[in-house]
Amino acid sequence: MKKILLIATAFSIAVGAPIMASASPSGDLKAFRAYFKKRFPDVNLSAYKDGIYAINKDRREAWLEFEDFAPPYEDGVEYGKKLFNKAFANGKTYASCFKNGGIGIRQDFPYFDAKKGDVVTLEGAINACRIKNGEKKLKWKKGKMAAISAYMGYTSRGKKVNVKIPNDPRAIAIYDEGKRQFYAKRGQLNFSCADCHVYGAGSMVRGNLLSPALGHVTHFPVWRKKWAKKTFAKKNKRGPTDGFGTLHRRYGGCNKQVRAKPFKAQKKEYKSLEYFHTYMSNGLVVNAPGLRQ
Amino acid sequence: MRKTAKFISTATAIAALMGSLSLAPINSAYAAEKKAMTPVQKGKKLAFHKKKGNCLACHKIAGGKMAGNMGPPLIAMKARYPDKAKLRAQIWDATKANANSAMPPFGRHKILSEKDIDLIVEYIYTL
Ligand code: HEC
Ligand code: HEC
Repeated sequence: MKKILLIATAFSIAVGAPIMASASPSGDLKAFRAYFKKRFPDVNLSAYKDGIYAINKDRREAWLEFEDFAPPYEDGVEYGKKLFNKAFANGKTYASCFKNGGIGIRQDFPYFDAKKGDVVTLEGAINACRIKNGEKKLKWKKGKMAAISAYMGYTSRGKKVNVKIPNDPRAIAIYDEGKRQFYAKRGQLNFSCADCHVYGAGSMVRGNLLSPALGHVTHFPVWRKKWAKKTFAKKNKRGPTDGFGTLHRRYGGCNKQVRAKPFKAQKKEYKSLEYFHTYMSNGLVVNAPGLRQ
Repeated sequence: MRKTAKFISTATAIAALMGSLSLAPINSAYAAEKKAMTPVQKGKKLAFHKKKGNCLACHKIAGGKMAGNMGPPLIAMKARYPDKAKLRAQIWDATKANANSAMPPFGRHKILSEKDIDLIVEYIYTL
């Protein structure tokens, strides 16, 4: 790690840290994988979908026990299914907006829409579907949105993440912006995502084990104990979606940790970050929703 | 990008990274105690404090609990830094020596005051 850190590039908003010198997405992907292969030689590529539990045996065992017993996200997935199947005022349902009726399609998101010239995230498509059918938008980061997204992810378990970066300058530009977001130092504490989740992966920050960025996205939305507690403290009653948060909620949290002002969910910064970040996990299976601390 | 450089005010500073929040306000008993402390003791307090140096987030330090390991253990500092000013410079801005350093630039980003950094240097130099 030290060696890699020492191959210094320009400070601050350098595009691409040392391991990401490559100019093409597929080259980036190769370098990214090679880095983690070297860092964790005993971890198979397919295992990275489990975050920190891919790299720490003890924590994995405790986690699996929870997963096998009664994962707390089950009620939320059930609730998401109900919402997903409930007809809008015009009689249609979400199924009408998606390929395959919305079942088993999580792995194709986010994708580049050539007509719009923009990247479409799953949450973005969910709200676009609502608008198209005369309904109001849902809030982006938790609650009903996260439940619907979790259900759609749940129906896609086992499918391989399959994000495409078409050879279209607009798509490449969004990808590059996402890559920049990932490697840019930010906040008073001056961290990039890569500092913690690439170079720091496997290290401890106080009691927190840092997960590898490879495989980060496969299990979102996640159900977090911490978020469930927070919601409970606020509402003083429990609901099925309490622990849920989308990927952009997590991004915001990680930005705040370094005392940086988070960006708004589903705006261009996080959308492009998601595009880059998810592409790096291509080929890993979807296992949403994940269960986390 | 400019936006990202904007810092969240310290009042809302989230200490999640640096472990759990310690919300206890600095009360007057603490202030009195602080007065009676030597510079090295004050430095230690600052170095261990989750909302100040929080060096333990990343460095093992003798006597510190729940240390992280992103950075090397802080030991034998006098031997490694015969020049105390170099040690201070490392804490003031670690990115000088290593542009990609994960260590926060405590002085350059005004995470700690100049005086706090001086005190921390006094303490770290005893390790
Ligand atoms: C200072 C350290 C730090 C920085 C910088 C940081 N994170 Fe994190 N992140 C954490 C910690 C600690 C966790 C919780 C433990 C874990 O899963 O890694 C976490 C968790 C995550 C998770 C959830 C992983 C899972 O399996 O559920 C994602 C996704 C994530 N971070 C993405 C990012 C992105 C993207 C950035 C940059 C915008 C970023 N992080 C910056 C410390 C950091
Ligand atoms: C978030 C991580 C982090 C925090 C917090 C942190 N450091 Fe560091 N520190 C590092 C890393 C990583 C290195 C390794 C060299 C580098 O990359 O700059 C380092 C290196 C050092 C060194 C040089 C050690 C050597 O062997 O030459 C000193 C001295 C040091 N840190 C002191 C401190 C002090 C004092 C504090 C608290 C005020 C602190 N650090 C907080 C991550 C951190």
